[in-house]
Amino acid sequence: MNKLSAAPLSHDAVALTVNGASRVYRGDGLRRLADVLRDEFDLKGTKIGCNAGDCGACTVLMDGAQVCACLVPIGQCEGSAVTTVEGLAGGSRLSDLQRSFLAHGAAQCGICTPGMLVAASDLLARLPKPSRLQVEDALGGVLCRCTGYQKIVEAVLDVAQPAEIVQAGHVGASTAKVDGPAKLTGAERYGADGTPADALYVRAIRSPHAHARFTLGDLDAFVTSRPGLVRALTARDVPFNAYGIYPNIKDQPVLADGMARYRGDPVAAFVGSREAIEAIRDEDVPVTYETLPAIIGIDAAKAALPIHAGKNGNILADGGVTCGDVESAFGSASHVAEVEYETSFVEHAYIEPEAGWAERKGDTLEVHVSTQNPFQHRDDLAQILNLPKEAVRLIASAVGGGFGGKLDLNVHPLAALAAWLCDRPVAYVYTRPESMAASTKRHPAHVKAKAACDGAGRLTAFWSHADLDTGAYASWGPTVANRVPVHAPGPYVVPHARTRGTAYFTNCPPSGAFRGFGVPQSAIASEAAMDALADALGMDWLEFRRLNALRAGDRTVTGQVLEDSVGIVETIDAVESHWRDWNNAATDFNTSSPRVKRGVGIACSWYGIGNTSLSNPSEMKIGVAPDGRITLYCGAVDIGQGSNTILTQIAADALGLAASEIRLVMGDTARTLDAGKTSASRQTFVTGKACELAALDLKAKLAKLTDRSALRNLPVDNHGDVLTGYGRFDPPTTPLDENGQGVPYACYGFATQVALVEVDLDLGTTKVLKIAAAHDVGKAVNPQQVEGQIHGGTAQGIGLALMEEYIPGRTENLHDYLIPTFGDMPEMICRIVEAPTKHGPHGAKGVGEPALISTAPAIFGGIYRAAGVRVTKIPVLPHRLRAAIRAREAKR
Amino acid sequence: MLGSRAQSGLEPLPPRYARPKALEDALALRESGAQIIAGGTDFFPARVGKPLYDRDVACVLDLTALPELRGIREEVESYRIGALTRWTEIVEAPLPAQFRCLQAAAREVGGRQIQNRGTIGGNLCNASPAADGVPALLALGAEIELLSRGGTRRLPLSDFILGARRIALRPDEIASAILIPKPNGAAHSGFVKLGARRYLVISIVMAAGCLDVVDGRIAGARVAVGACSPVALRLPALESALQGATTSDLGRLAKAEHLAPLTPIDDVRATATYRTEAALIVVRRLLQELSA
Ligand SMILES: Cc1cc2nc3c(=O)[nH]c(=O)nc-3n(C[C@H](O)[C@H](O)[C@H](O)COP(=O)(O)OP(=O)(O)OC[C@H]3O[C@@H](n4cnc5c(N)ncnc54)[C@H](O)[C@@H]3O)c2cc1C
Ligand code: FES
Ligand code: FES
Repeated sequence: MNKLSAAPLSHDAVALTVNGASRVYRGDGLRRLADVLRDEFDLKGTKIGCNAGDCGACTVLMDGAQVCACLVPIGQCEGSAVTTVEGLAGGSRLSDLQRSFLAHGAAQCGICTPGMLVAASDLLARLPKPSRLQVEDALGGVLCRCTGYQKIVEAVLDVAQPAEIVQAGHVGASTAKVDGPAKLTGAERYGADGTPADALYVRAIRSPHAHARFTLGDLDAFVTSRPGLVRALTARDVPFNAYGIYPNIKDQPVLADGMARYRGDPVAAFVGSREAIEAIRDEDVPVTYETLPAIIGIDAAKAALPIHAGKNGNILADGGVTCGDVESAFGSASHVAEVEYETSFVEHAYIEPEAGWAERKGDTLEVHVSTQNPFQHRDDLAQILNLPKEAVRLIASAVGGGFGGKLDLNVHPLAALAAWLCDRPVAYVYTRPESMAASTKRHPAHVKAKAACDGAGRLTAFWSHADLDTGAYASWGPTVANRVPVHAPGPYVVPHARTRGTAYFTNCPPSGAFRGFGVPQSAIASEAAMDALADALGMDWLEFRRLNALRAGDRTVTGQVLEDSVGIVETIDAVESHWRDWNNAATDFNTSSPRVKRGVGIACSWYGIGNTSLSNPSEMKIGVAPDGRITLYCGAVDIGQGSNTILTQIAADALGLAASEIRLVMGDTARTLDAGKTSASRQTFVTGKACELAALDLKAKLAKLTDRSALRNLPVDNHGDVLTGYGRFDPPTTPLDENGQGVPYACYGFATQVALVEVDLDLGTTKVLKIAAAHDVGKAVNPQQVEGQIHGGTAQGIGLALMEEYIPGRTENLHDYLIPTFGDMPEMICRIVEAPTKHGPHGAKGVGEPALISTAPAIFGGIYRAAGVRVTKIPVLPHRLRAAIRAREAKR
Repeated sequence: MLGSRAQSGLEPLPPRYARPKALEDALALRESGAQIIAGGTDFFPARVGKPLYDRDVACVLDLTALPELRGIREEVESYRIGALTRWTEIVEAPLPAQFRCLQAAAREVGGRQIQNRGTIGGNLCNASPAADGVPALLALGAEIELLSRGGTRRLPLSDFILGARRIALRPDEIASAILIPKPNGAAHSGFVKLGARRYLVISIVMAAGCLDVVDGRIAGARVAVGACSPVALRLPALESALQGATTSDLGRLAKAEHLAPLTPIDDVRATATYRTEAALIVVRRLLQELSA
């Protein structure tokens, strides 16, 4: 069976028990236990996030002790008892621990959940009543990118007295996740979990150079020489070899054609059996590279020849906003503050690497994939394969985290092309290093900002320029270049402003969409400028912000008058007591602590919900079957943020039903309508509104029936329904003119966060001790999920601030690229503010991205207060902070 | 054995995995060129997206079914830690205060899953400059025992680890045990690790120290720093400065010049300048922790 496996030897049979049942494995004893569990025993609840021990998603119990199943050769399991998530309770029942996870909302995307549950079971068997620290120590080897860990810790601590699992489905209830049980039992199917047993696999060969011309040798001979390989794929095999987010910018090849533009650009691919593609060593593949000077960094890009023909100065896009008379406003200001920051590439680091599979069915193609963007991906695949749209059906799997990184095509084009050409099901699962090398990143930004105020502390002018490293291909670069200038001044009244964002091509990984679309980077600069102005005035940082905050009726820098739903002042008020108490406590602490100092920072943010000045409608459909069963046909993909539950709640509320009475079909282009992308924090607001309208439409139709039994006599449609409610919503916006004036968004989310940090002056290390986060979400459809978003966003903000820096070729794994672990998270206090928008469902806006924006600037304010320095290269790694402290201490 | 087929012109056998239950079988396989796997926690991460069998490797030899290579035993003049002893076993073993540095290091290796599988022998044989076990074992004055069909030899740890990923293991040998001499008087030790996050983190700098104390004075001191040179190093000048000192407020005795042997580099985790500075701080904190 396995080409690599040894000739059958007596000890090649491994006898073990798995979840209580005896099993015998025959084959290569060196195979990873994780692969054997998933592929031989069909226990797909054990997840593979890295195959390197770094993420803990594969954690199982081996004789009662937690181990990484990706690091155990199956041969070592002889005589052992292995327990996977499927064995924790048995069947679809939930153990107390699983119930506690469900009650606490401790699973978001759920890809880390099996590992968390298993690690926690190990702990609870040893220590039934653990302390918080013991929970963190025991679970510290499992990474979560969604939750910020707080609800997981609480779920484990509360297992003895489990909290209530909320079943009520109305808007405003903390309804338990409708897909929670599947995520907790291991039953949920993610991108790599549904692959048919007979599928072939794709293996891409990727450029190890940032910029190189390459020639391919005889790949067909390579294929023939290796049993199990079926064919090679090159640029020549791709009917339309270009894709991209924007209809007019299709600049990224499925397979590079003779020129690799970043380290990770795919130059060729092979299709074959899993064993055959895994046996390929990159160095054996006949590719010759002629390396070219690589354009690394924005300054290099400005000076270099264009990476893409016609893009002079390597400029992809730029956007700007101008209002008032900036020059004279600066001239007459009482105080001016100037700041400059540089941020790094940041990796999404979802725990589920990109995965999916495709199958040809006659003249049509079916693609199952972990995606945030099913409808656009269907359209793009049709274009790439030169097929009519109707010939491609895309079905979203459960998504193990996205954060913007699964908005771009990834595994799908090659899996689809291979399935089409080979007429076999073909799967493609990125390895972790491949995911990190190939996927999009957060744009590194070089932001210069200048702000001015009058003697009373009122902001009078703001200027900023953000240069953005957009990498080798356009992806979402234009979106970022446009969003940044609109948001650059922050949620304040600024009469005179000029802001710009310019995205430059480089030979780096394509920068794309990442929670906040550039706003987190620019907020670091603008909030530092606010701190500096307040200091110049001798004013309290919080008071300065409250004085300048937008209020209903105010005009933004794009000239938009905000009529309602402006909750920024309430968010400031909501954290004020923490701001004061923590400042006092920090001052006390510092008097008796010479070399470890505490400081408190504060930051405000705003974020336009939905696409910037672009139509982004959602359509929803709700059907009722003859037996009265209700189905929500939902084109919106839940990537862990909880839209499945939120939309179910909105529908249930409108129809007067329990959440459990609504069935859900998610992200299937053949069965659902287009609800747009899961991006721009738009699913609750835009799709939620469409969902409410669809539910009300259905309700009106049902009201016309004499009684429910009448349903049985109606004609059945191809979904099996007899009545359908339909809803569509496109948030009202207007285009921005040449000065960036217009109505870019129908509403904004607002937030204020306060961070208490501790700095070790000698080592330059920073610990975030506490975060208080107040968010105006319009209406919390599900308060528990709102908190979950805030926790998770805060965790990513901490990562952005203190540890995350992607360097191509050097941090392409989860041990060199660091994301926060259990032990890096502060105590988080959430305050939900509800300033409803007239546009959204029940007044709801969005929170997914706003959750992240304030965290880093608040931390940097805290570091400044603690250590007296600002580090201008982000992340603030210990060596950078220490260098700044050293320089300051040398001056004194 | 396995090589002979290729020499005789036959098609080579596919590589195979073997997990012998008898030491002689293991040593025989090793003599024929087998590559070793123990806890697998360094073995598998080095092969992500790559074939599990390296080119030209005929056999991977799994040592985990050999109980004689595992466990901690007190002998007449030393403690013997089997090379296959896992970090969790070291953490949980009832050991004298001398071993605190090793137990503290064990607690800092990866997360609990890694500690449940990773072995002390694997940590030494993998010879990463940032291996947390190495400074602790240097501070304990450890020797390593190497076994082959030809016999047994012992090497001081500093003669075994030659450089980053370079060890003095002969191709027919396996590491069988670590031997730690008992101190003359009372000894206690400690370990301080600096990383850029709390769990699962590779050290930027770490230091271990062990002090033999007789009549309230330091009769012997061993201090080692890791991640600041290709192999963790002891600091002889600092050790002499500590010799004879009373055990209060030791941190002040560490001076920048004591760190002269270190040759830190710039990498993704920190700059060389930072490491030099941080190493002194970490050593001072370690000594402070070891002060009475
Ligand atoms: C997520 C993660 C985090 C980690 N964190 C840390 C950390 O914080 N600090 C740290 O120091 N290490 C860390 N490690 C590395 C690793 O866990 C340790 O080095 C561990 O002790 C290796 O032991 P092992 O038994 O798993 O080695 P293996 O992977 O089995 O083997 C490692 C190497 O040693 C050789 N070898 C093993 N045993 C013998 C023997 N008895 N005789 C001869 N050769 C042998 C093998 O051939 C191989 O080359 C981490 C690893 C992971 C995956
Ligand atoms: S898959 Fe095993 S630790 Fe990540
Ligand atoms: S819920 Fe933990 S990674 Fe998504």
